[in-house]
Amino acid sequence: MSFDGALVAFGIVAAVAIVASLGVVLARSVVSAAVSLVISLMAVAGVYVLLLADFLALVQVLIYGGAVTILLLFALMLSRTGRDSGLTTRHRPIATVAGLATAIFLGWAIVATNWFALPYAQLQRVELPIIGTALFSTWALPFEVVSLVLLVALIGAAVIARTGDAP
Amino acid sequence: MIEEAIRAAVGVFVVFNVVALSVLVLVLLERKFLGRLQQRFGPMRVGPHGILQTVADALKLLLKEDFTPATADRRLFQLAPFLVIVPIFLPFVTIPFAPGLVVRSLELGLLYIVAVPVVSALGFFLAGWASDNKYALLGAVRYAAVLVSYELPLLMGAIGVVMVTGTLDLVAIVEQQAAWPLLFAQLPAFLLFLVSGMAEGNRTPFDIAIAESEIVGGPFVEYSGMRWSLFFLAEYAGVFATAALTALLFLGGWNGPLLPPLVWFLVKTYAVIIVIFWLRGTMPRLRIDQLMNLAWKGFIPIAFLNLVVTGAAVLIGGPGPGSPLVILGGLATTAVSLAALSLALRPRRRSDVRIGFATRPGDDVADRPPAASHYSIP
Repeated sequence: MSFDGALVAFGIVAAVAIVASLGVVLARSVVSAAVSLVISLMAVAGVYVLLLADFLALVQVLIYGGAVTILLLFALMLSRTGRDSGLTTRHRPIATVAGLATAIFLGWAIVATNWFALPYAQLQRVELPIIGTALFSTWALPFEVVSLVLLVALIGAAVIARTGDAP
Repeated sequence: MIEEAIRAAVGVFVVFNVVALSVLVLVLLERKFLGRLQQRFGPMRVGPHGILQTVADALKLLLKEDFTPATADRRLFQLAPFLVIVPIFLPFVTIPFAPGLVVRSLELGLLYIVAVPVVSALGFFLAGWASDNKYALLGAVRYAAVLVSYELPLLMGAIGVVMVTGTLDLVAIVEQQAAWPLLFAQLPAFLLFLVSGMAEGNRTPFDIAIAESEIVGGPFVEYSGMRWSLFFLAEYAGVFATAALTALLFLGGWNGPLLPPLVWFLVKTYAVIIVIFWLRGTMPRLRIDQLMNLAWKGFIPIAFLNLVVTGAAVLIGGPGPGSPLVILGGLATTAVSLAALSLALRPRRRSDVRIGFATRPGDDVADRPPAASHYSIP
């Protein structure tokens, strides 16, 4: 893969990811936001492919494209939240604080990262056995913690779906 | 670079068309086969012995009105069929039909094939939700329950194959089965994979998500014409994919004496397809609680048992489809699992045997106190 081809592909994928992410935030209905979220997550999987992380890309499709989205929509559909209900809640002040805190944290992470540590041409595909060994030895505990993500997704979906109910 | 791109484009075009055309064959095969099972002929009118019936049906579907209900969410309603069909067709890119006869062999082929079709669940969901129809929504919710339940045994069955062969590359997996198909070493995984594949593909008797006699077609009850036929196409392409994968992973793929590899692959694939149709013709549809019980109390424990036994056998006796210890472990796991399953799923009381409608008061779940109800999901 030549560098220029990869650059063009990255431009397309990144643009899709950004537009879809805006869609998540700006959509009026919860289901539209969920659809935008899926598109955005798929675009991120495309970025992983361009970074030669095929395994990560496929796991992204499986976990986020499949499991997380399904759990989210499952909870939405089981709830009474219809398509016309707004997303505004009485928790607006708390949400503002949480959003700002996340934005600051992410902004700090973006600024603090050295993006040019490794030139693109020097990227190498990591073999699957190496990833597996690392996951189950060095990173065993973080791996188990990350596996809570599905639980978090389910609880989060239930919380979104319960918006407007009595506490 | 450009040559590679052209080769890929032509390959994708050919494979997708072969799959779409084989759907026509599958539909006719199913109707004829089901007809024979029921002592009738099946379609007989269009062409000799009705062989042009599905062609006529397909043409009719293309000409029908593409209707969108007034209360539906227009954009999502029209988008949903494509979200279903595209992820179902994508795996065919990396399915090897014979040595060298594959559009693109991937090192992570197996992971790709099980990961990508999951996205089509989103299409089912949106179809069910956007239709603004209670049956469609019920179907969508049921499909979510089926998918969440059966994805686990499906993946764990595939992991058993990976443990024995040590690779995710489909070509390498098939090549290792030259002498011994994995069917023997991974008998439990084979059963889990086939049944879970049928459940996820909404095949009767596991098709509670579309169940014509209960929720009149589920997520696509409001669809017509072209968009409805996309759902239909996806279902049969899914059957083909499940059968082809079962043939590749467990039945040795294109390996076989005398006949050319492609013929062997097709023979095995169609044998699995016939089994799928056969089950449809002979088994009554499971209720939702039975289906959930089968997955969570039956298949998932069996899948874990299979992983533990396979892991131990591979560790002690060495990997490979012909490794005696692995085969022994697989057979033992199957025997134990089937015994446990038949014990666990047997009706406990006389009144638990309910086939069809309740005939006496107290037989129906609705007549019991809520605590005794098995129905946790609509």
